[in-house]
Amino acid sequence: MSEPAPLLVAENVTKTLPEGVTLVADIDLTVQGGEFVAITGPSGSGKSSLLYLLGLLDRPSAGRVLLEGRDTAALPPPDLAALRLARLGFVFQFHFLLPEFTALDNVLIPIRRRGALKLPQAQERAHGLLDALGLGAAANKLPEQLSGGMRQRVAVARALANDPVLLLADEPTGNLDTKNAAAVFDIFARLARDEGRAVLVVTHDAELAQRATRRVHLVDGRIVSDERN
Amino acid sequence: MRLILDLARGMLSRRRRQTLVSVLGVALGVAFFIAIASMMRGFQTYFVQQVIDVQPHIVIKDETRSPTPQAAQMALPDGAVSINGVKPVDRIRGIRAAGDKLATLEAIPGVAAAPILTGAALLRYGSRDVSITVTGIDPPRYTRVSNIEKDMLHGRLDDLRSTANGIIIGDGLALRLGVQLGDTVVAISPRGVSLQMKIVGVFHTGLVTLDQSAGYVLLKVNQVLQDRPNVVNQIQMRLTDVTRAEPLAREIEDRFGDRTESWEEQNRNILTVFIIQNAIMYSVTGAILLVAAFGIYNIISTVVFEKTRDIAILKSLGFTEGDVQRLFLVQGLIAGFLGAALGCLIGQLMIEGLAQVRFHTETPAGTDRFLLARDWRIYAIAAFFAVASAALAAVIPARRAARLDPVQIVRGAA
Repeated sequence: MSEPAPLLVAENVTKTLPEGVTLVADIDLTVQGGEFVAITGPSGSGKSSLLYLLGLLDRPSAGRVLLEGRDTAALPPPDLAALRLARLGFVFQFHFLLPEFTALDNVLIPIRRRGALKLPQAQERAHGLLDALGLGAAANKLPEQLSGGMRQRVAVARALANDPVLLLADEPTGNLDTKNAAAVFDIFARLARDEGRAVLVVTHDAELAQRATRRVHLVDGRIVSDERN
Repeated sequence: MRLILDLARGMLSRRRRQTLVSVLGVALGVAFFIAIASMMRGFQTYFVQQVIDVQPHIVIKDETRSPTPQAAQMALPDGAVSINGVKPVDRIRGIRAAGDKLATLEAIPGVAAAPILTGAALLRYGSRDVSITVTGIDPPRYTRVSNIEKDMLHGRLDDLRSTANGIIIGDGLALRLGVQLGDTVVAISPRGVSLQMKIVGVFHTGLVTLDQSAGYVLLKVNQVLQDRPNVVNQIQMRLTDVTRAEPLAREIEDRFGDRTESWEEQNRNILTVFIIQNAIMYSVTGAILLVAAFGIYNIISTVVFEKTRDIAILKSLGFTEGDVQRLFLVQGLIAGFLGAALGCLIGQLMIEGLAQVRFHTETPAGTDRFLLARDWRIYAIAAFFAVASAALAAVIPARRAARLDPVQIVRGAA
């Protein structure tokens, strides 16, 4: 029996803007389920760009990204969207919750968009996710009624809505104080360790990066070091 | 999809005031269209109804549409023939073989036909002379093609048959002559025939030309008066289905050769005015809806601009371009539907308001108020145009939203 395909593989991924600026170059990276990877590097080193490429939000100019053994380079945009919906979860620096909707509704949006669950089950699942992140009491509050840390946890719950195999976070703690930042990182660590998901986090905070199981350091768009604990 | 609807509703409810303004814009456009269309349609329908009511639906005349072709023209159909100084044959005018034609026409189901001889005459009573048009009729047949019977103030059409040399005149004419029912007047025709006639009936149609200068006598009496024995110069027809008038008129003309006019042809100038009226109405309300559409375009554009982050997050969550486009299109449609519904309501109220207006003028047509058409199709047209223009206005910003690149937005925000 052949080994199962790695969760995420980047082969020679290069992204060059039309103006000629190279954001990332020749990235080779393999991520397995259960890994908690911190992508670090100075500002402008291409961390976020790499994350968007790995998260199928952007297409590489050269090279390819394989998700669960599937080459995504040739997929049309709707198929990429379907993959993002079902297999990936995103958390951004700013929480990016829809301000008109309650925490619960925000978590419900991706579940309802996927349409695999009926509404009662979907609501049950959303409640379960919020409860697991300690937000049970905030379910029916609007984002503006929540603190920054709570909002970011709602965003994490939303990223987990469709049970993704890969969670991608772009400076998720950039706007949080140390305590809240540590709490969010603990959640990520737990998701990787206990639930077997792969977690990719872009951060410039070296201390927080220490909590990851693997650290990929980027300088000028290239991987300069890749260490595991 | 329910989710898209919920998202659209959530986004719109956040900008309630702006949404309200653009909804009101659409509503006013719809309402004005409904009110104006109702007035115009009402008047036009009333007018056509009057025409159909008073006039015969088809008239066959004792003339041809174009002069009879000359022998030289028939011999050289493609030649450049010029004929000067043609002298028409002095034949007796009138519809030839009118009896046979009448029989043919009356055999068509849903058609009533009546022979008529019209001619000018001078009515003299004492020292007053009034020139009128005398129509010679056959009462039982004529009642089937005309509603004059129901306009009779005194007497009946049949009284023509029971009185020798009876005449029925309009009330305006009676006033001008100063005569009453039972008086005897003298009728003098251009051919010099003069007859003593007894007034056996008075009618009032509301049409000044008829009421002041028309008289009805028996066909035979008019043939004597005009000195045209056995001549019929018109056949008037009435149909159960007025929409058949024009094609039937063409068919008759092709068959008989006599000039045949439908009521549509006889009133073409007015019906053309209606078309222009309608065009003006559609352009005015179209302009109102255009302004309303700009309002919708504006609000959707603003929402798209303000929601770029939300668009990015929705896309990163796995929403396709199509989803995003639908999301904003639906918002435009919601504004369109709300505007259409509200507009129908306001339009209804405006119609009810207009229905209360009284002009306090005594018009011959007998109407002192707006003639309003209460037709659901007017509402349907208005609502359709409102929703369509809303959709059109929303498409442009919705497409722009769909094409936004989430990476650029997230990068810009971070």
